[in-house]
Amino acid sequence: MFVNSYNVRTFAPNLKQGIFNPVRMRINTFKRVAFTILFLSVFSFGFANETKDGGDDEKFDPKEMILHHVKDAYGMQIATFNEGKDSEFHLTIPLPVITYTDKGLTVFSSSAFHHDYHGHEIVERNGQRFVNVHEKVYILDSGANQVTFDAEDHPTNAHRPKFDFSITRNVFMMWVSIAVLLLIFLSAARRYKKSENYVPSGIASFVEPLIVFVRDEIGKPMIGEHKYKRYMPYLLTIFFFIWINNIFGLIPILNGANLSGNIAFTFTLAAITFIITTLSGNKNYWKHIFWMPGVPVPMKIFLMPIEIIGMFVKPISLMIRLFANITAGHVIILALMSLIFVFKSYAIAPVSVAFSLFITVIEVIVTAIQAYIFTILSALYFGMATEEEH
Amino acid sequence: MTITGIAAIGAGLAAIGAGVGIGKIGGSAMEAMARQPEMHGKIQSSALILAAFVEAVALFGVVVAFLQG
Repeated sequence: MFVNSYNVRTFAPNLKQGIFNPVRMRINTFKRVAFTILFLSVFSFGFANETKDGGDDEKFDPKEMILHHVKDAYGMQIATFNEGKDSEFHLTIPLPVITYTDKGLTVFSSSAFHHDYHGHEIVERNGQRFVNVHEKVYILDSGANQVTFDAEDHPTNAHRPKFDFSITRNVFMMWVSIAVLLLIFLSAARRYKKSENYVPSGIASFVEPLIVFVRDEIGKPMIGEHKYKRYMPYLLTIFFFIWINNIFGLIPILNGANLSGNIAFTFTLAAITFIITTLSGNKNYWKHIFWMPGVPVPMKIFLMPIEIIGMFVKPISLMIRLFANITAGHVIILALMSLIFVFKSYAIAPVSVAFSLFITVIEVIVTAIQAYIFTILSALYFGMATEEEH
Repeated sequence: MTITGIAAIGAGLAAIGAGVGIGKIGGSAMEAMARQPEMHGKIQSSALILAAFVEAVALFGVVVAFLQG
């Protein structure tokens, strides 16, 4: 199945007439994507990489700083000025902390913790005392006035609330990325509605090659000419959603909005892929799992458990691939930046900045590649599920 | 040697395996592209997918090392 990528039809919705308008465009989609990535990379370097300084007497701990950046948090911390002095000032977007316990729903702003995540600041709301221990809200047991920790740094006299529905910075960034995607695609759709012959203009001419790329390079070859249309909405959604969240994760001023490096997020996406694959599996697919055709009977029995495990390993590998790639990228960039503070020397700074610049450029390409791989593998699994007997 | 050290060695071994695998994929893809430049796009995308499969195994190793470390 060779797809001619030089003569592409527009993917414009057929709103007015029932015909597609073929538009001859010479595009090398991959080149366009690469250029876009380069532009975005220049944009994100405009901001300095924000890194925490441990002060003069305190020893700088890169591991704690990196984990704090990679993990989820209750507030969007953007910058800290004059750290360790009396005039210390945090530039933060406070986000709501929402917990549900036996005493009912409790809502308060994360600014009540005053940027403390070591469990020192006690917030009393609704008859319960909350503390923030490493960006996890704990409720102090009755009678306790201070959090005590065991050898592994777990609180001993406090417990997690029954449900924690807090709008954390990952949730917040997810909503921001949804808003940005809606803005881009609704305005692109409006452009098509207005234009006479569905020739893309404005933002639509940016979006169209990407959509055509997902259709012609992912949907059609992986699922097949006849069935790909059913799966296009999902494939486009995950492609753009993962890509934009990967890009947001690289913008330093958003301070590690590491959404696609969050295992819960990637788990949800992989679970949706798994559900769609399982629901669209036809007779042929299930036969290949439970009673492999074309092999002797002992082999059929031997292959059955392997195929059943394989059914679950596929989405799990999707989940871990995205999570580990994005988290590893963040960790490497932050580790290179923290070299300056570990050695406490100006001489190391150019080396460290140069290396982290280099890794960031690679990461910018990785954002697109990981979105592409997640989408193409999802499409591959859908294709396997809907393949007819041959 | 602590369990953390052993986990780190395990992650390193996984990285070596993935390095060999991705190196072979990349080398063969380059050869194929040099022989048939008109198939450049198709070879590139299949090479990326295969690299993702190989890399996933190394990442399993990294995740196990993280859990142990």
